[in-house]
Amino acid sequence: MQGVSDYMSGLGQAVAGFLGPDILALVLGLVLVLLFIQVNAMFLVWAERKVAAHIQLRIGPKEVGPFGLLQTIVDGVKLVAKELITPQPVSWLLFVLGPVLVFAPVMVPFVVLPFGPNLQVRDLNVGLLLIFSLGGLNVLAILLGGWASNNKYALLGAIRSVAQNVAYEIPLLLSAMSVVILAGTFSMQGIVEAQEGVWFIFYQPVAGLLYLIGAIAETNRAPFDIPEAESELVAGFHTEYSGMRFALFFLAEYTNMFIVASVATTLFFGGWRGPVADGPWWFLLKVYLLIFGVMWVRWTYPRLRFDQLMNFAWKYMIPIALVNLLLTGLVMKLVGAA
Amino acid sequence: MLRATLTDDTFYLNLGPQHPSTHGVLHLLLRLDGERIVECEPIIGYSHRGHEHMAQQRTLSQFLPNTGRMDYLAALMYNHAYCLAVERACGIAVPPRAEYIRVICAELNRIGSHLLWFGAYLLDLGGITPFLYAFDDREDLLAVLGEITGSRLTYNYCRFGGVARDLNQAFCDGLEAFIPKMRRRLADYHTLVSKNIIFINRTRGIGVVDADTALAAGFSGPCLRASGVDYDVRRAEPYSLYPELDFEIPTGQNGDCFDRFMVRLQEIEQSLRIVEQALERLPEGEVKAPAPQHPTPDPGDYLFTYESARGRVGIYLVSGGGRVPLRMKWQVPSFNNLSVLPSLLPGTLVADTIAILGSIDVVMPEIDR
Repeated sequence: MQGVSDYMSGLGQAVAGFLGPDILALVLGLVLVLLFIQVNAMFLVWAERKVAAHIQLRIGPKEVGPFGLLQTIVDGVKLVAKELITPQPVSWLLFVLGPVLVFAPVMVPFVVLPFGPNLQVRDLNVGLLLIFSLGGLNVLAILLGGWASNNKYALLGAIRSVAQNVAYEIPLLLSAMSVVILAGTFSMQGIVEAQEGVWFIFYQPVAGLLYLIGAIAETNRAPFDIPEAESELVAGFHTEYSGMRFALFFLAEYTNMFIVASVATTLFFGGWRGPVADGPWWFLLKVYLLIFGVMWVRWTYPRLRFDQLMNFAWKYMIPIALVNLLLTGLVMKLVGAA
Repeated sequence: MLRATLTDDTFYLNLGPQHPSTHGVLHLLLRLDGERIVECEPIIGYSHRGHEHMAQQRTLSQFLPNTGRMDYLAALMYNHAYCLAVERACGIAVPPRAEYIRVICAELNRIGSHLLWFGAYLLDLGGITPFLYAFDDREDLLAVLGEITGSRLTYNYCRFGGVARDLNQAFCDGLEAFIPKMRRRLADYHTLVSKNIIFINRTRGIGVVDADTALAAGFSGPCLRASGVDYDVRRAEPYSLYPELDFEIPTGQNGDCFDRFMVRLQEIEQSLRIVEQALERLPEGEVKAPAPQHPTPDPGDYLFTYESARGRVGIYLVSGGGRVPLRMKWQVPSFNNLSVLPSLLPGTLVADTIAILGSIDVVMPEIDR
């Protein structure tokens, strides 16, 4: 096990440093990130379908490849081959910009995700801030797509999405700040380092729970999938998108899911730390377990109503998160003084 | 009332006729202020096929297959209702065994209809898994019914004076396995859905129809009983075997979506009880009495009412003494139940619209005929 660990950290160093000029390392890192996004999204779509199927007493995809693993590739080919329909009276530029803008920001956070002790493209000292600020851009893209579609369902979906994402970003940030106070750093790697021995979920159970709920809402997944509630708004903000444009929304959703689960792992579950043999395998295991939990929730619960969702954020989550943050600050001050 | 030029901040939204949650081809023209509904106009008639007119073009026997195509989720009950109406008008006797078989099939059909509604309703509320659970159960039921009826949806099983085929072993075995399984699943449904806080918040106090409004609108079936009115045609104007059978009529108190949901789930349990009793007492004998190929009622008006899965079905038959009726009018429950929407929806949200519409359980081909 030690040998493998050494090898992986060596590989990480190679990615981070060996290639000499920084720009080359960055380019290589981005290529790896893009590759990972595609493979990860394909795997997650397959996993979601399998999980859903087994919860619903079905089998799920099984025809293409072993256990239907290649099903997503076939679906991808289908989506690429589909016609890109642009409704007549829309502003073409804005309409096309929507899916591009929704996909672009989800690539960047991978730069600072700490997969392993050394397996990280860049360890920025404001890593966490970078992730949250780029997460905020998502809203803009959805609003653009929904507005530019010139469709009432898409517009309603976009309006809901903006209100929801703004409301749920606040408890998300507040609960993350509680961890930042504990760790004393915004650096993703630093936060993992600070969880030597005890994971932060044990110090911050409330913040952890708030973060997970907020994360599900932030990624527009059931029971918070209000912006694209198919039984009300047909497909919400992406009603008018077809082919690869739709696929980009789809890809972004699954990648976003990976990012919020990664951040949760880093903030609350000790990142790449494990009982034995620290390394990226622990990180991935925890991330995929969290994602499994998120899928489980999606296939179990019905959808909340829009105003109930907003009430939940503003009346319960935000006050609790604020009190939690204040208490954390107070305790840290007292402990620091003592 | 609608289609005026709008000068304020409201806008029109066409919900349907092609929309995931309008259960077929209902078209709701909504005037919205943001997500709040200002006005609503249901537009019906997209699947009008002229069944009542067809009835005036053919003999009573030739019209029998049409009955299964009005309410396609309660085809056996429509078969049953039509046969009972014609038998009463023409004085045709039915052997006891045939009547028992008809009641068993009709109640199984009611369970199937409520199961499909349960699944579709949860789908409306965003819960996808219960839909597949319900379809899994309904699949068993359809397989059982298929053993004797030979079809799965638009049944044509009842005949004047009996039924087309006697029960067989596969049907009895299938039913024996289905009833306990359905009971277990009902308990699961209550754990998964009825006690779920999200579900309760979405349906409690939503779409409240009080007893007076319900009666004024001509509500019937589970919708009326959810409003607290203890009216069931099987009790109020008993027909067939129902006076001899022991079953309860579930009612609600508030007349909201949650009560309509609970009443239907409880009706599944009551239907299971009826099926069990009928199976127990099933007499031996013929399943089809001799009846004329084209029954001819004496001149006059005939009215027969029947409790279908969605409520009271009225068959009004005017005979001039010939083989072809002069007029046949079908009063269907979905139409009256739907009629309350324009007064119920204003002030609610789009999401509530879907919850209310789903809870009323409309079948469009029944309304449009």
